[in-house]
Amino acid sequence: MATFSTLGLTAERAAALLDARELSCEELAAAYLERIAADDPALHAFLHVDPERTLEAARRHDASGRSGFAGVPIALKDLFCTRGVPTTAGSRILEGYRPVHDGDVVERCQDAGLVSLGKTNMDEFAMGSSTEHSAYGPTRNPWDPETVPGGSSGGSAAAVAAGLAPWSLGTDTGGSIRQPAAFTGTVGLKPTYGAVSRYGVVAFASSLDQVGPFALTVRDVAALYAIVAADDPRDTTNVGPAEAVVRPEGEDLRGLRLAVPRDQLTVGVDAGVLERFEEAVALAVSLGAEVGECTLPHASHGLAAYYLIAPAEASANLARYDGVRYGPRTDGPDVQAMYEATRHDGFGPEVKRRIMIGAYALSAGYYDAYYGQAQRVRTLIRRDFDVAFADYDALLLPTTPTPAFRFGAKLDDPLAMYANDVFTLPANLAGLPGLSIPMGTSDGLPVGLQIVGPAFSENRLFAVGHALERAIGFDPVPPRLQGVTS
Amino acid sequence: MALTEQEIRHVARLARLGLRDDEVERLGAELSSILAHVSAISALDLDDVPPTSHPLDLTNVLADDEPRPCLSTEEALLNAPDPAPEGFRVPPIGA
Repeated sequence: MATFSTLGLTAERAAALLDARELSCEELAAAYLERIAADDPALHAFLHVDPERTLEAARRHDASGRSGFAGVPIALKDLFCTRGVPTTAGSRILEGYRPVHDGDVVERCQDAGLVSLGKTNMDEFAMGSSTEHSAYGPTRNPWDPETVPGGSSGGSAAAVAAGLAPWSLGTDTGGSIRQPAAFTGTVGLKPTYGAVSRYGVVAFASSLDQVGPFALTVRDVAALYAIVAADDPRDTTNVGPAEAVVRPEGEDLRGLRLAVPRDQLTVGVDAGVLERFEEAVALAVSLGAEVGECTLPHASHGLAAYYLIAPAEASANLARYDGVRYGPRTDGPDVQAMYEATRHDGFGPEVKRRIMIGAYALSAGYYDAYYGQAQRVRTLIRRDFDVAFADYDALLLPTTPTPAFRFGAKLDDPLAMYANDVFTLPANLAGLPGLSIPMGTSDGLPVGLQIVGPAFSENRLFAVGHALERAIGFDPVPPRLQGVTS
Repeated sequence: MALTEQEIRHVARLARLGLRDDEVERLGAELSSILAHVSAISALDLDDVPPTSHPLDLTNVLADDEPRPCLSTEEALLNAPDPAPEGFRVPPIGA
């Protein structure tokens, strides 16, 4: 077996090593499993690993012959249903749950021959921006273990950044892929609403949730997106990608019109984030893009609209966790008491908070003032983007206003935690795709550049992201892990 | 925009969510502060703006009315905390 490190290893390179027979699928999977065994006790990116199952799947690909990405490992956020394999969504209320079915994206990964390394940690029911709301304890950021990896897909992001998986899948409802990608120096895509099936994905807010990939490069993100994006009749909101996915090759941005919504950058943005952002914008110009300015005048209401719509939909989606069909039950004298006790014991504080906001916003007498009004704001934000895209091909924004924050910094202040999503959630409200790529570091921590495009413009985002990624030349291996070999 | 203890208990009842007294108190303060923030949009005059319930312009489709395989009873009961031979056992309703 060749000496190699899983750190910084892309899926593309891993597939090339398998193609050249420098490694077997089993050796590749074993290298990741060794790395997980060594580093994950401290990092806690994974909630569930089953080395024997992983190695057995890898050996099947060695025996049966392989092509494409077959035999390349992957990590899955713990809200994708995996048949016979624990799926908790980071919640006590699903402790011990073993789905009897695979989610659509899980099936598609299996059909492509990807080998699952395990299920990754997350904020409970994807509600959070730090993984501190996981019922099973937080994940640490591979760049600095005193800071959060972002969330809710923090485990999937940290696993890729730390070389515990070459790529992974997460979900993004208000920024839960792009924000952890930015915090961990990885690339993350929130696809257009409807591009990827949500069949077998634990639901949070159904008009916002979307499945997407994490990887070390834009090309790997495009390749994994190509594997999972498809039309699936089992998800009635799903239409699949509008065109065949093109893995980006070009290194310039000639002919592209990009815009910076300057009105969004006026308050609360970290100085280091702004510096890296202006450098990235200047690079886009030097690569041949025409870069102008636009405004998103109603985006300032996005946070309020989001924090009504998402909890309202969550309060309905989470009604199913009642101690009857799955999960643990806390007994009571009658069925109402049993429901209340089970849900009291099963849900953590952030989930309770959002169920309560949502139930309140949907209750008689408040529906129009809150949920109805939030849906009207949503229309205004969509129109803002429509106006911008009449003149421009894509928008550039920082992914987050700050780099990764320290554990506990925002835990007792829900509004401060929610404000971290201010640049990511407008794309969810409008159903648009957003790609986050690393644009350098601020105080030694990675920061992300977000590229937002019109619905189903993923190929354009990949082209812009790839050219900028090449020009920025970011090294995705955290300095504190450099020199470590598996 | 402070929520009363009675309102918190009413909403918790609607959501079938049991709360301890200290949780009622804490959630009352937290929800009041969050609602004060988000209720800024209630003041906007948006009567002429249609709501967006869904980001895609979807039209309804009907599935073919053909029988398909579904979960077996055994599979459906596999994760139940208190399965009965042909169903889910629950405490008495409305005791």
